[in-house]
Amino acid sequence: MAGLQREVDPEYLFSGVPRRQVFITGSEAVAEAVKRANADMAIAYPITPQSESMHLVGDLFAQGYLKDYYRGENEFAVMAAVHGASLGGGRVFTATSGPGTLRAMEMFPVWAGSRQPIVCAFMCRGVSLPPSIQPENIEMAMLLDTGMLMFHAEDAQDLYDLILRAFVIAEQPDVHLPAGVFVDGFFVTHTRSAVALPPDDLKLPAYDPRRAPVPTFDMETPPIRIVRDPLLNKSNFISYSANASWHQEIVAAAERARKHIRRYMGGLLEVEDPYAKIFLAASGTAVSQSREALKVLRSEGIRAGLIKIKSVRPFPTEEIVAATAHAELIVVPEFNIGGWLAREIKAAIDNNRRVVGGPRLFGGMTMPTELIVNEVRNALDWSGAKRPDLRAGI
Amino acid sequence: MIKGLFRISPGFEDVMPAEYKELVTTGPYGREVGVSDLGTFKELIEEHPLCAGCAESLALRLILASLPNPEDTVIVGSTGCSSLAFSQVAVHNIHSLFGNQNAVATGLKRALRLRFPDKVKDVLVIAGDGATVDIGLDMVMQSWFRRELITTIMLDNEVYANTGGQESGMSPQGAVLNMAPLGKKFPKVALPEIAREAGCVYVATISPDLPRRLGKVVRRAILVAREIGPSYVQIFCPCPTNFKFRSAEVLQKIRERQKEGTFQVREYVSPEAEAYLAGLEGAKQREEQ
Repeated sequence: MAGLQREVDPEYLFSGVPRRQVFITGSEAVAEAVKRANADMAIAYPITPQSESMHLVGDLFAQGYLKDYYRGENEFAVMAAVHGASLGGGRVFTATSGPGTLRAMEMFPVWAGSRQPIVCAFMCRGVSLPPSIQPENIEMAMLLDTGMLMFHAEDAQDLYDLILRAFVIAEQPDVHLPAGVFVDGFFVTHTRSAVALPPDDLKLPAYDPRRAPVPTFDMETPPIRIVRDPLLNKSNFISYSANASWHQEIVAAAERARKHIRRYMGGLLEVEDPYAKIFLAASGTAVSQSREALKVLRSEGIRAGLIKIKSVRPFPTEEIVAATAHAELIVVPEFNIGGWLAREIKAAIDNNRRVVGGPRLFGGMTMPTELIVNEVRNALDWSGAKRPDLRAGI
Repeated sequence: MIKGLFRISPGFEDVMPAEYKELVTTGPYGREVGVSDLGTFKELIEEHPLCAGCAESLALRLILASLPNPEDTVIVGSTGCSSLAFSQVAVHNIHSLFGNQNAVATGLKRALRLRFPDKVKDVLVIAGDGATVDIGLDMVMQSWFRRELITTIMLDNEVYANTGGQESGMSPQGAVLNMAPLGKKFPKVALPEIAREAGCVYVATISPDLPRRLGKVVRRAILVAREIGPSYVQIFCPCPTNFKFRSAEVLQKIRERQKEGTFQVREYVSPEAEAYLAGLEGAKQREEQ
C-alpha cells in the first residue's frame, strides 16, 4: 500500500533487507524500482519498447505511489516538463526509446547544465531508415557527451537495481547530475527473468532540494535575483571563461560520482577471471551473450575472461587499463553499427591494436554465441596467440 | 516567499549593491503596488540591455509592476530579445530553450503545487512571438488543452528580432523581412482565437500604450490561472530596430496600427472566469470602501 511505505536508508533498501525472487519482465522491473523510489512525479510519452514500463508507472500513480503523472505531447516536451518539475524541486522519472531519445536530444545537455538529478530510463532501439523498432543501442553513442551519468543494465535485475541506485548517486550534493539508465529494448523489457526484490513497503528517503548545489526555482531559495551580468549577452573573455568554468564543473561533478558508483553499484565494471590473456568486454545484453560465448571457448580449451562495463559515463578508464594490463586480446561485441564501446576502450588503453571491435549486430539481429566465438578464433593464430598482423578493429 | 528571506544578513549591508538594498527597502514583495505606483517603489527589472525605444522593454516593466504576487511568482521565458532582460529580474525566472517554455512551466507548476499545497505560486510564461506561435506552438497549445494553470504572455514584436529580423508567424502579411524576401505570404496567426478554442478561460490583446489597462489585464490573467484555467495575453510590441522606425515613435506606431484596424485591444472572459473575477474584484472594491 502506497500510504504505508516507510523511508529507509538506501543501503538498507539495496542490500540490508532479505529479497524475494519474482519472475517478471524488464518493464515490470522498472515499475518495481519506481514504486520504491519515492518519486514525486513521472511524465510519459508512448514509444515502443518503452511504453509498457510507463503504463505500469501510471498504475503506480493511480495506486498513490506517485503524486503526479501525465502523458506529455512529445518526447522533447516531456523532457522539458521533467526539467521544469525538477527545477521546482521535485524528484522525477521518465523513460523513452531510440527515436524518442533523438527527438528530445536538445534537453539532455540542458538537464546536465542545470545540474538536475533527473533519472531517465532508455529502452534502446533502432533509430534510422529503414524503420526499426528492434533492439540496438546506437543512441547511447549520441548521448556520451551530454554530461549525464550513463549506466547500462545487462538484465531485468540490473535494470531494477540501477534505477534506484541512479536516484541516490545522481542526487548526491557533490554530483547532482542527470542519470540515464540504459537497457537493450525487447531483450530485457519484454522477456521474463528472475528478479530479487526487497519488500514493497520500503522506499528511498525523499529528495531534499535544499541539499542541491544550485537554487530551486520556487521563490523560497535564495538568491532570488540570480545574476546581475548574464553570460549570454556579453561578448568578452570573462563571460566565456565563466561559461567554460560551468562546463568544467559538470565534468568534475561526474568525476566525483565515481566514489558513489563504487559505493552503491560495487564499481564501474566487473571482471571475471582477471588473469586471463583474452577478454570479452561488453555492456548491456552483449554481456549475457558473452557469458555464453565464454562457456563455448572454455570447452574448446581457450581461456578467456569477461569485463562487464556498468558505468559508461563516467567511463571506467583506470579500471579498464588495470584489468587489461596483461591482456593480449580484447574482443568487444556490441548491439550497434558504430562500435562506440570499442572506440571508448581503444581510447582508454595503450597498445589498442589488442582491441577487436566486433561482432556488431543491429537492425533487430540477435547475437548468436558463435559470432563472438568466431571473432576470438579469427583473432588467434594456430598457437593460440593474437595474430600479429591483425588490424585494430573492423 | 517566507518572510524575511530577502533581508540582508547582518554584516553584509555595506557590500550589497545599491539596487539590492533598494529592493529590500522599497521593493514590491508583499505589497499592493501596480502600474499607477511606478516611481514610488523599486521595480523588479534592472538595467536591461534591450534597444532604445523597445516596446518589449516597456511591456516587461509594466508586466512586472502588475504581478499580484511577486514574492511567489516564477517566470518561464524563452530564447529571444526578452530573455536578455530576464537575468536582471528579481523574481526566479527560467530560460531553458527556444520553444519549450510551456512544457517547462507545466512541470514547474505541478511540482510547486505538490511542494507548496497551501501557498499560491503563480507560474507565468513570457515569450516572444516566434517562441509562442512558431517553434513552441505545439507545447503552448498542448498546455492549454490540458488546462494547465499557467498564464502565457506573448510579447508580439511581429519578427524574430534577436536573430536579425526574420519573418515570424506574427509578422503582418506582405512584410518584407529576412527569410521573406518577397514579402510574407500569409496573415498574422490568429492566436487569440486559437487560445479561446484551445481552452483558455481568459484571453486579451493589449499594448504598452495603455499601461493601466495592461496592468489590469495581466492581473486578471494571473488570477484566473490560479483556479479557473489557463490564460493568454498577447501584447503588441512593435520593434523599431527591425522595422526601421525611430525609437521615440513606438507608441505612435501602435496608435497608427490601432487606427488602421491591424491591431485591436480585445478581451475574452469565459463565464466561469467572469464570475470568479467578479467575486474577487467585488470583494476588493468592498474592501476599499
